[in-house]
Order: sequence, then structure tokens, then C-alpha cells
Amino acid sequence: MKLMKTLVAATTGLMLLSCAAFAEDKGAIKIVTQSPLSGQQSVAGEGIMLGAQLAVAQFGKQLTDMGFQLSLQPEDDQATPNVGVANANRILNDPAVLGVVGHYNSGVAIPSSEVYAKDNLAMVSPANTNPAITDRETTHAIANRICGRDDVQGPAGANFATETLKAKKLYIINDKSAYGSGIAQTFEAAVRKNGANVILSTGMDQNETDFSSILNRARVDQPDLIYYGGTYPQGGLIIKQMRQKGLKAAFLGGDGLDSGDLQKIAGPENMTNAYFTTTALPLSQMPAAAAFAQTYKAKFNKEPEVYSAYGYDSARVIIEAIVAAAKAKGGAIPSRAQVAAAVREVKFDGVTGSIAFNNRGDIASAKYVVIEAGKSADANKIVKIIDVAAPGGS
Amino acid sequence: MSFQLALELLPPTLADGLILGLLYATIALGYTMVYGVLGLINFAHSEIFMVGAVVAVELLTYVLAGSPLHPVLQLALAMIVAAAVSAALAGLAERVAYRPLRRSNAPKLAPLITAIGISLFLQDAVRFVESLFGQFIRPFPSMPFFDIPLPLTPNDSIPMKSVVILIAAGAMLVGLRYTVNQTRLGKAIRAVATDRMAASLMGIDVNRIVMLTFLIGGALAGVAGTLYALQFGRVDPFSGFIPGLKAFTAAVLGGIGSIPGAMVGGIVLGLIEMLIGTFVPILTNNAIGTEYKDIFAFGILILILIFKPTGLLGRPSTEKV
Repeated sequence: MKLMKTLVAATTGLMLLSCAAFAEDKGAIKIVTQSPLSGQQSVAGEGIMLGAQLAVAQFGKQLTDMGFQLSLQPEDDQATPNVGVANANRILNDPAVLGVVGHYNSGVAIPSSEVYAKDNLAMVSPANTNPAITDRETTHAIANRICGRDDVQGPAGANFATETLKAKKLYIINDKSAYGSGIAQTFEAAVRKNGANVILSTGMDQNETDFSSILNRARVDQPDLIYYGGTYPQGGLIIKQMRQKGLKAAFLGGDGLDSGDLQKIAGPENMTNAYFTTTALPLSQMPAAAAFAQTYKAKFNKEPEVYSAYGYDSARVIIEAIVAAAKAKGGAIPSRAQVAAAVREVKFDGVTGSIAFNNRGDIASAKYVVIEAGKSADANKIVKIIDVAAPGGS
Repeated sequence: MSFQLALELLPPTLADGLILGLLYATIALGYTMVYGVLGLINFAHSEIFMVGAVVAVELLTYVLAGSPLHPVLQLALAMIVAAAVSAALAGLAERVAYRPLRRSNAPKLAPLITAIGISLFLQDAVRFVESLFGQFIRPFPSMPFFDIPLPLTPNDSIPMKSVVILIAAGAMLVGLRYTVNQTRLGKAIRAVATDRMAASLMGIDVNRIVMLTFLIGGALAGVAGTLYALQFGRVDPFSGFIPGLKAFTAAVLGGIGSIPGAMVGGIVLGLIEMLIGTFVPILTNNAIGTEYKDIFAFGILILILIFKPTGLLGRPSTEKV
């Protein structure tokens, strides 16, 4: 309900804003957010949407001053591919939409962006780390992201495992999903290259709750580290069951574990020697974060989520691109293709770091963070931050 | 694989398989009860089980947390409330979705569809209620007592909660067998199961007996849900589906309609799953990972059912419950 109220308030606010500029009306421009607003991942999805909303409120003035009516249209992709695609088709048919901030799930972003590509509608992703987001020929012109890639994140985790933790014998488990098996594969290839011995590499269904058949074996093999490619609901259970079986091995995973619920599921007493890598920089590490967090809290009366700042910067990318494209056109409303081309030229220092894209739509240089999970999310410690240029682009 | 390794792995694997199997069995009891009496597969049972688990977790998290009661008493209280809520839901499902269909002599498949409807409704209802509080996954609160290790072999130990599950599941089976075989109510249930028409001619209120069967099945689901949450440490609105499916399989494997059958089926399924998950990857030198354990487990089930179509303890007659 609260969400609805905020939405209504925000839309009314925007309408008022656009009314102010009614004198010289050059047409309506819409920016759409697509993220899960209901279900298991709605907290993260709402964070993206609210971040984008804040960006529209702060930077939208450039467009309203030029005589456009700007509005933000939140869509709920329910973290489900077919819902995302259905929304995408509807969005595509609304000529006022010039850019999409989305999605949260790579599995939703990939098919949806195929739809956007039909009419060169630019997508800027705040959170999708799967390499295929920017690697597909069909969506090369329109798909962009301001976060890192799993084919860098996996190896970053692998280097941490073999160099810092000195792991020599490893178990690798993945959750059989596109994300989980993808990141586990890149991790496995990298640790093998580093000379470590992968004793067991196996999948475990996403709905599985009992990992004892793997962990009993680990008590005999005594690996130095267990890597999990998957998300926190299972990751937390693995940590819990490891510690309860007396396994002291290190635990490492990817950004799917980046949630405060990890500790709640594993139990704070079991959170020892557990790490994860992520591409979402903690707010404490962002130079302009304090001001961002303050305005966010004042506007929405809640703390920013992990990806809120990324939603904010993604929306800002689109606004800057529209402004640039409109200026190039002498103040007239730009076409979708012109906006998509302008996105690649956008450069600014955002909350999440400096934003600039390579020719594939990857952020030129992304940060990858290794975090030691504490007894609660607040007690998480940053072990190291690495800057890596996106592979394959120029 | 060396003999040494097998010897070392066997005790914990069997212990974990037994506990998993007992959890399946406690859910399977509800399926088998209702099937025995009505010939109906109550697919909403897995969600009634999930509601029980969620109620128990909420109660332990918000009401009983920090209370001076012994952890076992806290768990028992949570179980009782979860059982009551689940029983009420099961009764409601019978009243709303099954009885009207029986009265109008609907074909046998119709209640199956309403069962699926109830199941979907309950999933989303719980999801909605939890989302009002911004919650989805509900972790079981930390209760160190249940994690106290008890020695199993010189090298292995089992946590206290395994013993709790063992005792509770045993009590459920014995209690249910006693109720069905030794009490007046049990006699009436068996009569309705054997021939509904004849039972009603003998003066048995069939609808009342059916309702009581659902209430008992629901209460068992509530207890099973509490035990499941205790063992795995988290529940969410969709976590009833997979255990429900496995428990249904266990009920069929043991011989649906038979109470000891549900127990045996559950334990056999749990043991097969755990043994295959542990030993097949070792035997095949990791060529076949743990991820394929369900394929093997269900392959074995097909074989068992080919040679014993009525299940391990099922009888091919009309005699049920």
C-alpha cells in the first residue's frame, strides 16, 4: 500500500512538474523501469525502481526545461521471463518511451531486450551480470549495463580463493540455473588454471534443501573451500549445514549471496570463514553515497537497497542520453535509435563510480568486490576491491 | 572406491537418509489418510503443510523467542498451534472444495482440480500476507539446543534435532495407528473407507467422519511442517511443493491408503535419495554428479512399482486405511 502511495505521490509530482513547462509543449517522454515489484525479489526490484524515480526527479529538469513532459513508468516483470517480454511488447508500442532501466534478473533481461531491439529501444541494466546481456549480436545496439560481468566475477573469486585463501582442494556446487552454473563454470576454469584441485563439481536443484549427501563426503575429502554458484536461500543453508557437520572449510560464492537474508538463513553463529564476490559496491564505498542515501531516505522514508544507486545511475544515463540526442536534433524529440546511440557517448561521475561505456555497452571499467560475510549484513567486511576493464570491448 | 571410504561414509549417510525419510513419511501420512477414506489425492496437503511450517516459524520468532520455556516446550507449543491452524485449513478445504463436489456426484477427477486450486490459492495467500510485512523467506530462529551434537560413531555425531524428529515421527505413526485400529473413531473411519454407503446405513455420519479425517491429516501436516522447518531452517510460501511431491511419491511407494506403508515408503525414499546422492558420484568418479540423484531415485521407484504395483505394503483389495 505504501508503495502505491509513493507511486501516486511521485507521479502527481511529476505531472505538476510537467504542467509547469506546459507553455511550450514539445511532447511526452517516458522512461520505463522493469524490475520485480512483487514476489521473492521485490525488495531489490523496488530499490531499482525508486532509485530511478529519484534520478528522474533530480535530473529530469533538463528535459522539462527543453519543453518535454517527462514521466517514469514502473513495470513489474515479476522476475519472470514471459512477464518481462509481455511488458516489453506493450512498452515498445508506446512511442513516448525512449529508454528502459532494467532488469534485475539476467534470465528476464535477455529475452526482453530482444523485444526492445526490434525498435532500437535502449536498455540500461543496473544489475545483470550474465555475459550474454551485452554479448549477443541481435541486441548489440541497445543493451548496456553499468555493473560487472560474471566472466570477470568468477575469475576474481577464483584468484581470491587460490591466492588469498590459499585453497588447494575445492568443491564446487551450482544451482543448475543460468546464473549459477554460468558463474560456477568461469570460477572452475580459473581455479584449475591457477593449479588448484577441483575434487567435486556438481549441481543441486534450486529447490533442494538437504545438502548432506555432498557435505558428508566433504567430511572425508576435507576440501579447503566450497564454492557455491547460486543465490542466498540455498547458500545460507549450505553454510549452516557445513558448520553443523563440523566442516571448517572456507565458503565462497558470487553476488547471488549479496543479501541480508544470508545471515538469517545460515544463522549468525555459523557465519565464519564465509565470503562472496559482488559487483554491487556497498554504499559505504561510493564517494557520493552519503548525499544519495540522505535524499533517498528523505524522499521514500527507507534505506537504499543494494541496487538502488545502480537504478539511479542507470536512469541518469538515459536522461543524459535523451538530452544529448535532443540537443543534436536542435531541441526536437529524438528517435529511439538516436537515444540508443547517445547512451554509448554518455560520460559522468555517478554515485556508483565513473560511468562510461565501451562499444559493446559494457561499462568501461567495473569494480568487483570481495566481501567477508559477518554475523549480520552490517558486519560484512570488504576484503578487497578490484577494478577490471570489461573484456572483449574497445 | 576404497572399502575404508565406504565404511566412513555409510553411518552419516544412513542417519541423514533416515531423517529425510521420516520427514517425507510424516507428510505422507496425511495423503494416505485422506486417500484411504475418500480415494482422493488431496494435492492441497503440501500447502497445508507449508502453512503449518510458516505458522510455527512465526510463532517461534515473534511470540516464543526469549521466553524462559525449555526449547523443547517452545517447539511443542509451536507444533500444537501449527497443527491447529493446519487442521482448521484442511477442514475448511474439505468443506469448501471437496464436500460440495461429493454431494453433486462430480466425477473423480473434479476434486483433484479443486485441490490444485486450493493449493495455488494458499501459496499466494501466504505470499501476500508475508509481503505485507516485506517478508518472503522465513528463517527458523536460532535455537542452539537443537544443534547439540550427540555421538553416533567415534567420528560422527547427529544433532539433537534429529532425535527430536525421530521421536516425534515415531509418536505420530504409533498414535495414528492406535487411533485407526483401536478406537471407536478409528472403527468408523475404517467403515467409511470400506464402504461409504453401508457405513451410513449403519448410522455413521459419513460427512462427520470425513471431516475428522481431514482434521487429523491437517494436524499431522502442521506437526510435519514444524519438524521440516526445524530440520532445514527456512520456509517460504513455495517450499511445500517439492516435499509434498516427494511425500506423495513415498505414499504411493509404500502403498497408498496404508499408514505403515507411508512410513516405510518415506524412509525408503529418503534412504535411496541420500545413498545415491553420496555414492553414485564416488562410484562413477564424479562423471555422474549428485545433481542426478532424483533421476536414479525415481528410476528405482519405477522398478519397484513394476514388480509391486500396489506399493511395498499396499494390498490389492478394497481394504483401506
